[in-house]
Amino acid sequence: MEIKILRSTDNEAQSYNVELDNVTLLTVLNHIKTKIDPTLTYSHGCRSGVCGSCAVRVNGREQLMCEYKPSDGDCVEPIRNARVIRDLVVDSGMVEHFNRVASAWSEGSHEGKVREEDANRIETQSDCILCTSCYSACPVYAVNPDFIGPFALTRVWRYVNDVRENGSDTKIAAIQTNGIWDCTLCGECVPVCPQNIAPKQDITMLRMKSAMMGYQDPNAAMAFGGGLDFGSPMF
Amino acid sequence: MAKVLIIGSGGAGLVSALSARESGAEVIVASKTLPTRSQTSMAQGGMNAVLSSNDTIESHIADTLKSSAGLGDEKRIAFMCEKAPEAIEWCNRIGLPFSRDEEGQIARRRLGGASAPRACYAQDYTGLKLLHTLYDQCLKAGIEFKNERFLLNLIVDETANRVLGATFLHIETGEVEEIRANAVILATGGYGALYGKHSTNSVQATGDGLAAAVRAGAKLADMEFIQFHPTALKGSSILISESARGAGGYLVDAQGDRFTDELASRDIVARAIHDEINKSGAVYLDIRHLGEEFIDHELPQERKLAKIYEGIDPVHELIPIKPSAHYSMGGIEVNAACMSSVSGLFAVGECANHKTHGANRLGGNSLLELVVYGRECGKNATEYADKSSAPVGESSQLAKDTNFVRGVMYFTNQIDFYQKQEMLANIFYNNVGLVRDDMGLKAVLGAIRQMQKELPFMGPRDKSKICNTNLVEFIEFGNKIELAEIIVVCAISRVESRGAHYRIDAPARNDRMFGAHTITWKEDGVLCADFIQ
Repeated sequence: MEIKILRSTDNEAQSYNVELDNVTLLTVLNHIKTKIDPTLTYSHGCRSGVCGSCAVRVNGREQLMCEYKPSDGDCVEPIRNARVIRDLVVDSGMVEHFNRVASAWSEGSHEGKVREEDANRIETQSDCILCTSCYSACPVYAVNPDFIGPFALTRVWRYVNDVRENGSDTKIAAIQTNGIWDCTLCGECVPVCPQNIAPKQDITMLRMKSAMMGYQDPNAAMAFGGGLDFGSPMF
Repeated sequence: MAKVLIIGSGGAGLVSALSARESGAEVIVASKTLPTRSQTSMAQGGMNAVLSSNDTIESHIADTLKSSAGLGDEKRIAFMCEKAPEAIEWCNRIGLPFSRDEEGQIARRRLGGASAPRACYAQDYTGLKLLHTLYDQCLKAGIEFKNERFLLNLIVDETANRVLGATFLHIETGEVEEIRANAVILATGGYGALYGKHSTNSVQATGDGLAAAVRAGAKLADMEFIQFHPTALKGSSILISESARGAGGYLVDAQGDRFTDELASRDIVARAIHDEINKSGAVYLDIRHLGEEFIDHELPQERKLAKIYEGIDPVHELIPIKPSAHYSMGGIEVNAACMSSVSGLFAVGECANHKTHGANRLGGNSLLELVVYGRECGKNATEYADKSSAPVGESSQLAKDTNFVRGVMYFTNQIDFYQKQEMLANIFYNNVGLVRDDMGLKAVLGAIRQMQKELPFMGPRDKSKICNTNLVEFIEFGNKIELAEIIVVCAISRVESRGAHYRIDAPARNDRMFGAHTITWKEDGVLCADFIQ
């Protein structure tokens, strides 16, 4: 089996021939690193899809290396929208940065009973492993590098939608600028999530919640203000 | 403001960071990965606490004490079990999304060795959800993270036996740095990765903190006690949670017959599986009778991982399993305040030995331990940092470690360390695994001593300064070798069987000779060991 891996030294894909069947891409890379080329550089940890270290792009699509079974001719690249440190390792500073900007944490939860169905409301969103596959797939970063983005917004919805949460108002306020309204709802983030989370849906929910709280889509307001000025005395 | 340096960013590191911050310290968390990528994310089963009137704290204490096989400290176990309900409350308050039962209470399940269902859980993602909740709280508290810092050594004032900070390799830049602090907390996790492909652990669990601690003069305790999880996937050692058995899963032999009590403590079940594999060739976990709906809701990871790694669907097929190295009971010896034998050096979580697990840990007690003792440790380290004068000691550690990192590039590379690492994992699994004997252990000790001599003939083949993971893995291998020697010396010295340490040449427990902790330390580079009450 031939696997091509984009190397950062010359920005060219390097081919490796590996005789391994029915194994994960991570197993293939471990084989290459320990037996063929120790300079090949990538991140990994748990081997079981929970630590979120090993997200890469295979043939242009985000995958966790520990869950993906490669086939002949596959081309592996680092994830997008992030600074490449070396080969498949990227600067993961966006995780801390955007979660901080979005205030993606609990402000305090009250105790007491929670119905099973209420607990289930945030089950999927709290499965997030912060692998940043969704961040890589998001096209908004090409035009707005400050976009709070899918993983952090899903995390905000996870807290806002938690029946125990005391302080969701400040969270909604924190995601109005460079946040929910900057998403184009293209849905690229949905199929790439290894945990079956749908950030697009979570962003839609946050928009509804924001609208209920009196926030407006600034883009809509601007579009509206351009043509039909109902407030104008000239009309 | 007193400065507390926390090394390691798993559950134990983050809980102590929050607690130190709350106690008024300036906190820095330095870690070799992003916090959410640590081993804690892999914990599945749950966190033990007595929350209902059908269960008592006394039985939680009794179960833990029984499982510890004479090496658990009753006072510290009682402290942990009494604080457990409060720990769960705290986790709930910061937003950990626990699963709920029909009454809306935090759901609990029964794990092995427990006399009642008392493991509070969040599906089979308890560790993942705890870790992420803690990380979010750390961001809220404004805690400073220094990621991609690989611990090299602790900086110690040797005359005062006092820690001053630590040195790190900044993996991204290849520079060696030091961070000074008034107190240091090690929360670097266990050493299960020594067993390589025979371990359920993350490849990161290389015991870096323990190795640095012993080099700095700290004492380690009970290093020969390594828990083997009964049910890991046969080919990959990926964990299948105990909750699969807690929910009613069966262990069956090659003929499909049950052969043991599935819910005995882990040491007993693991050995029964080991014997059965030797006898009939294979052991399987059978959860088919639990039904698809239950499996998808309560054990979603298990189903996914069995499909990927074994190519089978547990809803319809048997899961081939084997016992694999899972948890390090041994660790840095700490007192009730979580401080090691070096002043100002604290340790918490799996890298520490709080004497709460003794010779065998109960499922659901490790997450509990890291929350209860993490909160204590952060508080105590801050108190220590506040009252002790700011250390001004000069140290040559940074210069030494900078030279080492430069010099290691000139190691000769005639011997491939990856190959040796694989060999170490295999001989450890075979001879320092579930069943041990004097001859087998001594053979491993010989092999380790040989590897120690050969280290200068190994070394990283990658010469890059930037993000050299080959270099990091070589230093990790050095740490593994350092700990391997200690583990084997302990295992040779303990000529009895107790908990996870089973000697086929001395199958009985011998309290008169060995009813004590195996304490190891280094004096001028020479390994010393003794049994101390």
